Amino acid sequence: MQKESKDILFGPIHLKNPITLQVLGICSALAVTTQLEPALVMSAALTFVLVGSNVTVSLLRNKIPGSIRVITQLAIIASLVILADQIMKAFLFDVSKQLSVFVGLIITNCIVMGRAEAFAMANPPMKSALDGLGNSLGYSAILIIVGFFRELLGSGKLLGHVVMPTVNNGGWYNPNGLMVLSPGAFFIIGLIIWAQRSYSGELQEDEN
Amino acid sequence: MEFSNRYIVGFALALCLVCSLAVSTTAVALKDRQAANALLDMQTQILRVSGMIEADAKPTSEEANQMFSTIKVLKFSPETGEVLGDMPFDSKAIIKASKSAATAEPATSKAAKRARVSRIPKELMILEVTDPKHPCFVFLIWGNGLWSTMYGYIALEPDLETVKGIAFYEHGETAGLGGEIVNPTWVAQWPGKKVFDDSGKVILDVTKFGQVKDDSYQVDGISGATITSVAVGATMQAWFDDEAFGKFLKKEGE
Repeated sequence: MQKESKDILFGPIHLKNPITLQVLGICSALAVTTQLEPALVMSAALTFVLVGSNVTVSLLRNKIPGSIRVITQLAIIASLVILADQIMKAFLFDVSKQLSVFVGLIITNCIVMGRAEAFAMANPPMKSALDGLGNSLGYSAILIIVGFFRELLGSGKLLGHVVMPTVNNGGWYNPNGLMVLSPGAFFIIGLIIWAQRSYSGELQEDEN
Repeated sequence: MEFSNRYIVGFALALCLVCSLAVSTTAVALKDRQAANALLDMQTQILRVSGMIEADAKPTSEEANQMFSTIKVLKFSPETGEVLGDMPFDSKAIIKASKSAATAEPATSKAAKRARVSRIPKELMILEVTDPKHPCFVFLIWGNGLWSTMYGYIALEPDLETVKGIAFYEHGETAGLGGEIVNPTWVAQWPGKKVFDDSGKVILDVTKFGQVKDDSYQVDGISGATITSVAVGATMQAWFDDEAFGKFLKKEGE
């Protein structure tokens, strides 16, 4: 793979991560990560929408009139989100009930609009697809890490399987209630940002 | 790049057409599957409130149908208080009936006004679970919360004055606040609550969070979701009133 494609695909996982560096898509990252399974399904849904919207917008980039550019992008994104929602209701009913409004809210996920406007409008479809996939991977990576720790520490389970039996059920683990609530996700995301910036010095802002 | 106004309008129209075609085709193509999922989900909720399956059990469609065969679906007239015989299980038809003045009577109780239940269908559905291990009656109920109509089932013990379980299968309340009406921990408060006081008045109620005085009939509300909580209480009172299921409860419960 060429270096440029590699950068487009893998850059957003670490050095250009949409959640921890651009701090986009935080709402869903807090809301759907109490357990690992919804986090995985949400990641898949976002990947579908982001890759789809990037490719579609990129294919149409020379045809879209500038004056209705944003609403065009929104119409494309909204249609894809409804498709994702309908497919989930048909094949993953339980998870779609858990995710409830958050699938619909992918429409307002800044990552999707951001990539369409900033990248797909100016790049060919192949590159845009890679960019969409890369950003989805970056988003998914954070969601999965957060979901993993919240489910493990908050309820002693992973994907619904008991890993650490909780005190309530006669085990030894006293679950951390904070992890089940949204602030738990803030702490974990904060820790990830801290770890990331300590590891890659170039991410730190200059001190005044 | 400059585009003419005609091009812009044409582009917008074409885009709308393509998008709406894509969305509606998928919606139609997946409709049956979604409906089957929704039915199974509703059956599962009913089996859960009646205690026939554990709270976290997930039966397959065949299992649910088989267990459902032990449930008698009674047609009940709230006006006369008589059971009119059997009917097919179709909660949608009942909800639809409530929307037309021809098939429903205006609700008059105070609780119905608070829960914004405007009409009570002339024919209501009561599920009688005949499974000897879990005998109970299940009632379809609905009422308006903060944002949405909350649809659910409540199961009563055979004495028809003690709650056995409750489950909402559809609602649009705020996730994490009002949406907690489906949280198993909250739902677990309900079993054992009394529906009537000694004089036959419906006393089952949901209070504001932390304001329960008598836990034999009051359910603690959800913190941060007082409107939803109070509406759930009013919904119960509206449906157990004499103009809805009340006459059935009093007659059959004796």
